[in-house]
Amino acid sequence: MASILSSRVTKAAVFLLCLVPLASMAWRGMHDQLGANPIEYITRATGTWTLRFLVIGLAITPARKLLKQPLLIRYRRMIGLYAFFCGCLHLTTYIWLDKFFDWGDAWKDVLKRPFITVGFLAFVAMVPLAITSTAGWIRRLGGKRWQLLHRLVYLSAIAGVIHYYWLVKSDVRLPVFYGVLTAILLSCRALVAFRKAA
Amino acid sequence: MLIRKRSPLPYSAVTPKDQYVNRRQLLQTAGLAGLGLAAGVPLIGGTKLNAVKSPLSTTGEKLTPVEAVTTYNNFYEFGTGKDEPERNATKFVTRPWTVSVEGECGKPRTFDLDAIMKLAPLEERVYRMRCVEAWSMVIPWIGFPLSEVLKQVQPTSKAKYVAFQSFYDPKQMPMGKFGGLPFPYVEGLRLDEAMHPLVILASGLYGETLPNQNGAPLRLVIPWKYGFKGIKSIAKIRLVEKQPPTTWALSNGSEYGFYSNVNPKVDHPRWTQSKERRIGEFQKRDTLMFNGYGDRVASLYNGMDLKKNY
Repeated sequence: MASILSSRVTKAAVFLLCLVPLASMAWRGMHDQLGANPIEYITRATGTWTLRFLVIGLAITPARKLLKQPLLIRYRRMIGLYAFFCGCLHLTTYIWLDKFFDWGDAWKDVLKRPFITVGFLAFVAMVPLAITSTAGWIRRLGGKRWQLLHRLVYLSAIAGVIHYYWLVKSDVRLPVFYGVLTAILLSCRALVAFRKAA
Repeated sequence: MLIRKRSPLPYSAVTPKDQYVNRRQLLQTAGLAGLGLAAGVPLIGGTKLNAVKSPLSTTGEKLTPVEAVTTYNNFYEFGTGKDEPERNATKFVTRPWTVSVEGECGKPRTFDLDAIMKLAPLEERVYRMRCVEAWSMVIPWIGFPLSEVLKQVQPTSKAKYVAFQSFYDPKQMPMGKFGGLPFPYVEGLRLDEAMHPLVILASGLYGETLPNQNGAPLRLVIPWKYGFKGIKSIAKIRLVEKQPPTTWALSNGSEYGFYSNVNPKVDHPRWTQSKERRIGEFQKRDTLMFNGYGDRVASLYNGMDLKKNY
């Protein structure tokens, strides 16, 4: 298992696998298969994938310990950057296809509409994480401080779940599903911190 | 000197006489085919309906393609995804069907579907449909004025509102329990709104009987209100004295009101209602007051604060 996880081929394969949802959306888009409202479809899909990558990223640390596979860490940055990438696409869809670059109007939305406010917060929290994701930045910040900064991802995931929950009209199954996953993954960490303190 | 030139038109370009004689009928067929109404070829798997074109139809709008009208639906009893009703409603049984019309009226009656369809001639009404979610369509409905049914039962002076109830069968609609809404779906109108000539009970679209996902066999269409007021698969109509409860207001009263008139100046708390995306279009367009039907319906709301009565 360790040899598989440490292989460059595996990493390249995971990288390509993560592109599948986007590639599939692009393919469906080109073949007119995004339904009657393609823009809504793209908005939904990019948002959902942001949340999925965030949850997968959050699962890596507990999975390393539970499965005794420390090498899984090799994939965390990539997953995190995919979350950021999908978040960028999601925000771009909104700014471009919903607001048509009316920045004033978009900003008014951010201030006025709580579900957009938290969605924007979830995105903004990812920006410093994406910037400081390089080895150079880890060195410059120092491991401890870098780790502290990167706890912002908890905020991003929680805000993302609230964004989704506040968006739906009445069927809350999916937001609740991602909320439960996030809660489980964050409580794993709380448990570990609590044990250490005790 | 007169030089006779040969005509540049070959004889084969001349319209054959039989076609020329029948040119009006030919054009009519071609026109109907464009609407998908050509005889014998059902477009959406329904039964062909004969309807006269109504002068109350909205003109100058491009019809939303039938594929979009029948695959992008909000019908939470069959699932909350837009594409779910089409898939999940295929086995929905809409025959036999009765609609009971009751309450504050002199002659309450339970109509068989065929009986209710014979109350008035079927009309084709092209209407804009504006969803509260800020998208819109243009749909050629087939139906007849709701007022024709209400007149039959003779509302008493106590009748101030009309309450509608959808058919609900958890066995046929197993997805309903995930919708987050209390079912059966209920809706309501003030009696004067309900009697307005623009309000129709629709039994078809695009020349055929309604597909299940669009609210078969009979649904309400109120073109100046948000789409969710157009209750689907109607089982019961009740004349009442007090303002009846409505499903979306029960579920979230601060976001969805009893009136729910299309109003670009009153935002939904979570999104703007000033613009909409017409299905099939890329750019957004401005939403019109009363969905563009203000000249006919604005007087219903004289003196009312439409911000309060959203």
